[in-house]
Amino acid sequence: MSFVQNFPFFSVILSLLCAVTSFFLDARWAKRLTLFLLCTSIGLQGSVLSFCYRNHMSYEYLMGHFAAPWGNEIALGILEPLFALLFATVMLCCVLGGIKRMERDVFPGKQSYYWIMVDLAHVSLLALCYTNDIFTGYVFIEICTIASCALLSIRENGRALIAAVRYMVFALIGSGLFLIGVIFTYSITGQLLFPQLYETIASLWEAGTYRFSMTIAIGLMVVGLAIKSGMFPFHFWMPDTYGRATPASSGILSGVISKGYIFLLIKIIYRVVGIEIFAASGVQTLLLLFGIAGMVAGSVSAIFAKRLTTMVAFSSVAQIGYIYMGLGMGTQAALIAVFFQIFSHALTKPMLFLSASQLANVSGGRQDFRSLCGAGHRHPVAGFTFTVGALSMVGIPLFAGFIPKLYFATSAFGLGWKTWPVLLALAVSTVLNVMYFLYTTILIWLPREEGARNHNRVMPQVETIVPAALLAGFNLMVGIHSSALTALFTQGIDLFCQ
Amino acid sequence: MEQLFGNLLYNYEEVVAVILFSIGFCILLFSRNLIKKVVGLDIMDTGVFLLLASRGYIAGRHVPIIVDGITTAEYYINPIPAGLVLTGIVVSVSVSALMLSLTVRIYRTYHTLDVDSLYMMMSVSKGGKQ
Repeated sequence: MSFVQNFPFFSVILSLLCAVTSFFLDARWAKRLTLFLLCTSIGLQGSVLSFCYRNHMSYEYLMGHFAAPWGNEIALGILEPLFALLFATVMLCCVLGGIKRMERDVFPGKQSYYWIMVDLAHVSLLALCYTNDIFTGYVFIEICTIASCALLSIRENGRALIAAVRYMVFALIGSGLFLIGVIFTYSITGQLLFPQLYETIASLWEAGTYRFSMTIAIGLMVVGLAIKSGMFPFHFWMPDTYGRATPASSGILSGVISKGYIFLLIKIIYRVVGIEIFAASGVQTLLLLFGIAGMVAGSVSAIFAKRLTTMVAFSSVAQIGYIYMGLGMGTQAALIAVFFQIFSHALTKPMLFLSASQLANVSGGRQDFRSLCGAGHRHPVAGFTFTVGALSMVGIPLFAGFIPKLYFATSAFGLGWKTWPVLLALAVSTVLNVMYFLYTTILIWLPREEGARNHNRVMPQVETIVPAALLAGFNLMVGIHSSALTALFTQGIDLFCQ
Repeated sequence: MEQLFGNLLYNYEEVVAVILFSIGFCILLFSRNLIKKVVGLDIMDTGVFLLLASRGYIAGRHVPIIVDGITTAEYYINPIPAGLVLTGIVVSVSVSALMLSLTVRIYRTYHTLDVDSLYMMMSVSKGGKQ
């Protein structure tokens, strides 16, 4: 066994150690420790990814001394470290870009707690990527919920507290349903590890026994994770949650936390249930329909939003809708499109939140569209990154957002009755995206009118520019060099669905 | 019908667990009082743990602690669900603690625990400061 193969385990343990150590440190050192952790994690995930890619291998790693089916283990191929790398990178950019604002939003005595929660959110995302045990998945879902609720409610603002309560109620309902789904599955199969579950479920389904119970269990797990990741019609917590948190938290919550749940869901669909049984159970069609409804409803709500961050948050509902539509399509081509969508949304949404907060800063701290008029001239860098994000969300070629739309459209053909709803939803959603994102982009670049509110132009700070610019760079890279990622995803899916 | 009733009576732990889960779920979702929501959450989790613990119990077998030197698996009940329940309890306690701490902070800020009035306060001034 190569030394590199220990890295996923090391990164999980390192995150936990950093979280515990940060508890005894002051805010300055806790911040340094978290930044060190995220940088180290990027290095570790990168090495594991390159190791698995070069050897084209996936492997299972024993956690503890008990072998399957009793012990706990992690399993990884190419996709798991790739997504862990994405999550760590986006988290690093979010916290770097939002540090200044976070230090204003959070009471100085509590800032070290913020960094603990970032560490915990990071460890839970890693665990959701790597785990091969469904109950461990549940435990880290809850840790993720606690960390993200704390990241949201730590802001010294009453509204953030109410948003946190709403978020928490929906998240707890989601995890309750997921847990009961897990227990039903365990009752039927007697297994907790993914490969054993897969075999047992396949043999039970073939024998025709427990089909109804299994369908209910699959439905409960899917609905639980769908509520937590904000699928329509369970998206009511999203606008407040993303719109009221400090920008770094908004970026982390919308960019990576929801994707962590979705990645676990993809693992459950492909490695626990199996795509054929998932399709036969009928849950797949439901995902497609709700995904399409979310794409339209999210965009319509975004058009009517009165604050910039609320608009960006509602657009997340639409973007998550794309992901669920792709999962509902169920083909390998659609799965590649889903992975692209996760990538492009994780890279774009934090950038939009960071730049939106800077645009609001130079508009007297206000977020209504009238005050934001011409904000791009007052803060050109934030205006530029917001424009990149908006164009990517609309799906203009060269930007990351174009690739998943193209792949969804091409993979829609040959799906029978599903073809037309998918194509129609893509067209309608794109038009709606154009309406609100291009409108906002044009608005922030309008020349300032005579007699309009006089806001000062500010000098952009380096520490806020670099992360947003990095995210914009990654976005363009994904958009321009999509073929490399396609190859990586195709290889990853081969190993993933073995 | 008779057979269904007999099955329900035979699986009474599951029936109670489902009832508890539904009660807790409805309170968590529909109750307007934040404290009641936390109580609902705990009832919901209790239902889940009852279901899980009853899965592991096998009538006539013993607690899985080796005292008489008997190491055959058939002598003991299944210990895995008990382990899962313990983990679940830890998770449930931490989530309840977090919810309660949020409730305290909300009460200090707004002097109410009623969710509807909180949401109303939140939506009063839209488009204002961040």
